[in-house]
Amino acid sequence: MTQPPDARAADTGVIHDIGYRGYTGPRLGRAHATRSLFVQSLRAAYGLGRSGRSKVLPMLLLGVVTVPAVIYVAVAVYMKRDELPVEYAGYLSDLGLVVSIFLASQAPVLLSRDLRHHTVPLYFSRPITRADYVRAKFAAMACAQLLLMAVPLLVLYTGALLAGMDFGHNTGQFLDGLAAAVLYALVPTSVALVIAAATPRRGFGVAAIMGYLVVSSTVAAVVVDMRGPSPGGSDAAQWTALISPNGLVESLVNEVFDLGSGFDRRHAPGAFGAAVFALVAVAMVAGSYRLLLRRYSRV
Amino acid sequence: MPLAAHGRYVEGVSTAVIKTEGLTKRFARVTALDQLTVEVQPGVVGLVGANGAGKSTLIKILLGLAPATSGRGEVLGLDIATRGSEIREWVGYMPEHDCLPPDVSATEFVVHMARMAGLPATAARERTADTLRHVGLYEERYRPMGGYSTGMKQRVKLAQALVHDPKLVLLDEPTNGLDPAGRDEMLGLIRRVHSDFGISVLVTTHLLGELERTCDHLVVIDGGKLLRSSSTASFTEATAVLAVEVTDHPEDLIAEPGAEVRDRLAAAGLDVQPEGSHLLLVRLADEDTYDTIRDTVAELGLGLVRLEQRRHRVAELFTAHDDASTRGGTDDDAAS
Repeated sequence: MTQPPDARAADTGVIHDIGYRGYTGPRLGRAHATRSLFVQSLRAAYGLGRSGRSKVLPMLLLGVVTVPAVIYVAVAVYMKRDELPVEYAGYLSDLGLVVSIFLASQAPVLLSRDLRHHTVPLYFSRPITRADYVRAKFAAMACAQLLLMAVPLLVLYTGALLAGMDFGHNTGQFLDGLAAAVLYALVPTSVALVIAAATPRRGFGVAAIMGYLVVSSTVAAVVVDMRGPSPGGSDAAQWTALISPNGLVESLVNEVFDLGSGFDRRHAPGAFGAAVFALVAVAMVAGSYRLLLRRYSRV
Repeated sequence: MPLAAHGRYVEGVSTAVIKTEGLTKRFARVTALDQLTVEVQPGVVGLVGANGAGKSTLIKILLGLAPATSGRGEVLGLDIATRGSEIREWVGYMPEHDCLPPDVSATEFVVHMARMAGLPATAARERTADTLRHVGLYEERYRPMGGYSTGMKQRVKLAQALVHDPKLVLLDEPTNGLDPAGRDEMLGLIRRVHSDFGISVLVTTHLLGELERTCDHLVVIDGGKLLRSSSTASFTEATAVLAVEVTDHPEDLIAEPGAEVRDRLAAAGLDVQPEGSHLLLVRLADEDTYDTIRDTVAELGLGLVRLEQRRHRVAELFTAHDDASTRGGTDDDAAS
């Protein structure tokens, strides 16, 4: 059917046009293609490989979550404190809104754009399967989120160590923070991806994700606050955190790592509560993943 | 056919790039493909059919993206039911619809699609530069594709289908939305894909005229059924009929020149049929027929306006099929 590549090239006598050269190198197949899609999507979440304008928001948000960490470290060093003025995991819930904005703005970048511009069927004409596509996109968005949270945590940690603060304490706190970051990067992200996959319109996706995350966590927070400052009161209100992906993770992390304080401390109610919250978190991620698989089996 | 699969060789029994046997695809309400049995040989092959004839469904099944309801098929000797991923490694696909993200440059996009086909990063960059040059995209390849003309977008779509040097490309309506000049350039490129690049082409279209010039072979489907599969030459092959048209006599000495010529040719032993008011159809008996016609017309002092061999046009295939189906007969070669 085809001539060998060198024979084809030799046919053309023009020096300037070397003619068509075939490709005889390796073809790395499905796994390589899935990895490439993962890397490309992860870069796209930060606007890399896209227009200059699309880099503005993600980079700005990365700056917004990192700068307070730098300030905390600077203040602690200046005041010669032997401890950071903030808990690592608590830092993440303090900046939860910024992380949510990143998620709401970038999840549609990863999924809605491909739907909008009909790039999805083109991907499926390549070696990857539909499940590979979901896997790559899911991993890319989760890693983008994790990166957003890991950078400020790393700033806090290295700052604390350089300032000569207690190694054991900070390392433990840092690892707790990373565990929290992983949960934040999985639970809200999976729900956001399902919403983003439902619409080819980026604007709708952003609004719907932001709406869901903000409304659900506001409702949960308000219910907890309404209980008022009665330390002995019941924990019943804490269950409302189950409707909010962010509230769910925050409550679970606070309970498991025994973090947070004050009357508005959100936590899973007791060991049973923690178990239920953990189960709901797993169900949310697994359920969302299945929904995504189903969504793309029909494209 | 030997498939150079990175040291592996897959030996198929036939040389066909595409082979289907009784391929059937039923959806809830329609049968998109109905017992389609066809073999496509290397070359440029046109897949012809009206909208909804089953072309896109066939392409999806060939790429291993949708399972067939029944029947089987092979692409490059690989079974479509079980080896879809491998097939897609060796096949390029240019979709009919727009598929280009507007905020990405052609280079960036084609490199990405090359890697998605399994090429390592460096090879993907080199192949992208080569392929974009071959489809005729130069400086503009660094600009975001949102600002491209339809013609440039079609070139990028073709480039991403070729970038991994496939053995076969499936082009779905590649000339859609192009102006006549752009269409000619695209058809020229498609010819080169086979003649210069050595890549087999299956190109779908519902416009027949452009296929006659581009394709070696045509596969015609209608309602998911195979209507005909044969070489383009046999679609347009010469029939043994000459069309003759003469002028009026300069001094109007002959009242009905057409009838006079007809009578004389009939007297000379030729089979003559009038067609319309001006044309005579003369069966070509042998080479002398040309001379007889020329001499007869000259003797009468008339001018010869037209003397041409009648050919089937691909378009007639469909009118012939329509006639045949309304008559309830079988479709045969289109008769003039």
